[in-house]
Amino acid sequence: MNFKNKDIISIKDFSKEEIIHILETAKKIESRKAKPSLRGKIMGSLFFEPSTRTKLSFESAMKRLGGRVIGFDSAEASSAKKGETIHDTIKMVEIYADVIVIRHPLEGSARVAAEATEKPVINAGDGANQHPTQTLLDLYSIKKTQGRLTGLNVALVGDLKYGRTVHSLLMALSHFNCRIFFVSTESLRIPKTYLDFLASKNISYSEHENPEEIIDKVDVLYATRIQRERFPDEAEYEKVKNAYVIKSSMLSNVRKNLKIMHPLPRVNEIDMSVDKTPYAYYFKQAAMGIPVRQALLCLTLGVLK
Amino acid sequence: MRAYKVYAIERGTVIDHIPKKKALQVLEILGIDGDDDSIITLGMNMHSEKMGSKDIIKIENKKLTRHELNKIAIIAPNATINIIDEHKVKEKIKVKVPRVIENAIKCGNPKCVTRHQPVITKFYSIDSEEIKFKCHYCEKEFYADEVQLL
Repeated sequence: MNFKNKDIISIKDFSKEEIIHILETAKKIESRKAKPSLRGKIMGSLFFEPSTRTKLSFESAMKRLGGRVIGFDSAEASSAKKGETIHDTIKMVEIYADVIVIRHPLEGSARVAAEATEKPVINAGDGANQHPTQTLLDLYSIKKTQGRLTGLNVALVGDLKYGRTVHSLLMALSHFNCRIFFVSTESLRIPKTYLDFLASKNISYSEHENPEEIIDKVDVLYATRIQRERFPDEAEYEKVKNAYVIKSSMLSNVRKNLKIMHPLPRVNEIDMSVDKTPYAYYFKQAAMGIPVRQALLCLTLGVLK
Repeated sequence: MRAYKVYAIERGTVIDHIPKKKALQVLEILGIDGDDDSIITLGMNMHSEKMGSKDIIKIENKKLTRHELNKIAIIAPNATINIIDEHKVKEKIKVKVPRVIENAIKCGNPKCVTRHQPVITKFYSIDSEEIKFKCHYCEKEFYADEVQLL
């Protein structure tokens, strides 16, 4: 498997074997079985829109391995403000950087960037389209807490209609024969294309409106934020927003190995009373972004194979 | 014997089995506006054994390019192209939706990068029950009747 100079644009581009290889590389780095060095390497960090977690996580991943970071953190600070195209920006950055990380609000922008250069490009989020490093860290968190990826019962809760992380995670989990429980209101149900996709792969699933129906049966509960901007009607948002608050009172009969995950930031999907329980994993989950992004940087730069 | 509702031509191209009400769009793809003097016959909502009703276009002295055929296939995937010479059908071609379509479809996603930056669009045709087109960049999928051509 050769990842050198490979772009990381969409989780759909990766086979099951490639996903497993990335996760195993991350595990080796986290456990210090592998001690790669990125000394002398430069990461171009092109954030055309604000981001806290992803940007800091990439920078930390690079710097902890001895690499350096150049870049900008808003379109205002870049030549995009002067009307420069993504293509031309990348043509300039490729002179200075060995690997390029890009976040841009336009969907498909990371693919455009990747096509403009031979240097590896990593998508750190292209609008509502893809955020593959989030999906890989979600998978890594599941593998780490459950010891496996295959045959798990996974609940996806919240905004299943628009939620980018949920769609990508579902695509990735489809390689591992998990049983999927979808929990959402009628207005935020998972789109039919995804249900057809699961059916075509013989993956069992069911749809629910109440998390309490399924919380005792699952190994992983993945909650997502319901985004206010998706709702034209404020009253409808207020109604839906409070429909799925996971509270510690719901956890009395759950499986011992249950882990509750969330891509963060949360609004009120998970009550703070859950934070102290052994089931809460969302903050640790965010920390898993470091080994996963280190693995991707090392693999695409050819420092690890 | 039933009288012909669409006149025969001596030399040119007949595009048959166009889905109903799509003939005008096909003419638009071909850039035909009747400005040159060749005869164009247009039949809309004609009876068809296979399709119930269909549209048909006959164009005198016109040969289609591969790019034009590909574009027609996007909106009329079951169209048949008859090449006519001396009133006879010289060749019959079934259009085929290409697997990769470049520079022909406008992405229907307003947030797609191709709508904001100078990027040549690229779509993949997906064979399911109904043909769908997937944007190479934003990964959104569109049914044939949702597609806008460039």
